[in-house]
Amino acid sequence: MLEITLFYIAATIALVATVLAMTRANAIHALIYLIVSLLAVAVIFFLIGAPFAAALEIVIYAGAIMVLFVFVIMMLNLGEEGDARERGLLQPKIWAGPALLSLLLFAELLYMISTIEGPVSSQQVTAKEVGLALFGPYVLAVEIAAMLLLAGLVGSYHLGRRYLEREE
Amino acid sequence: MDGLNIPLNHILLVSTLLFSIGMLGLMIRRNIIFILMSLEVMLNAAALAFVAAGAHWGQPDGQIIFLLILSVAAAEVAVGLGLVLQVQRRFKTLDMDDANRMRG
Repeated sequence: MLEITLFYIAATIALVATVLAMTRANAIHALIYLIVSLLAVAVIFFLIGAPFAAALEIVIYAGAIMVLFVFVIMMLNLGEEGDARERGLLQPKIWAGPALLSLLLFAELLYMISTIEGPVSSQQVTAKEVGLALFGPYVLAVEIAAMLLLAGLVGSYHLGRRYLEREE
Repeated sequence: MDGLNIPLNHILLVSTLLFSIGMLGLMIRRNIIFILMSLEVMLNAAALAFVAAGAHWGQPDGQIIFLLILSVAAAEVAVGLGLVLQVQRRFKTLDMDDANRMRG
């Protein structure tokens, strides 16, 4: 019973924090709300018996990826006029159409998941099981992820390097 | 932890809502940093659905796909933020409507 209550609290926090993150004018404020949302999702992962995924969510998503965002926002030094411009773009006549489209998509997805029944399993899927499957049948996926990360590394180095050189 | 029976339906509902909010953010924002944040939210929602499905059947496969989504998100953000720096340098703005020409 306690777990269910915790799940609903975490889910509410995740949804509210995400809505607030999407509607802030200031990028840093949005980022802090996004981190709260990711931490709430990590709590959900822990509650549904995936402690390894919960730890990775905190370490990599809320830690590493969000720190990258903070670095870039701090480098850009956006200032007040950017905030004012963003606020001007958040008028109802701008978001009404997209909101309707998202609502339609949500209704479709809701219809599709409405037939699914049953609880999540009560046993935990531990890091050991994940590791055994990862380097057993899924070893090709590990290779692909490694190549993807290498491509990301080379691409971001290239883009960032030219940025630094032309500054002089 | 017996007596743990969160309905799978409700977790998928949260995931669906997060995905819709992320897509809404993607459509209404023009600042490229917010667009990247919305992409993160959408990837995270998909990862939540995968992990919930993995937990439903008690199999590790969902968490493995979560790991793959994590590496996709990391690579995407690294390249995306490099592009943000370039866009800010060339156009002196982060508004994507001002950067819609191929040879700006």
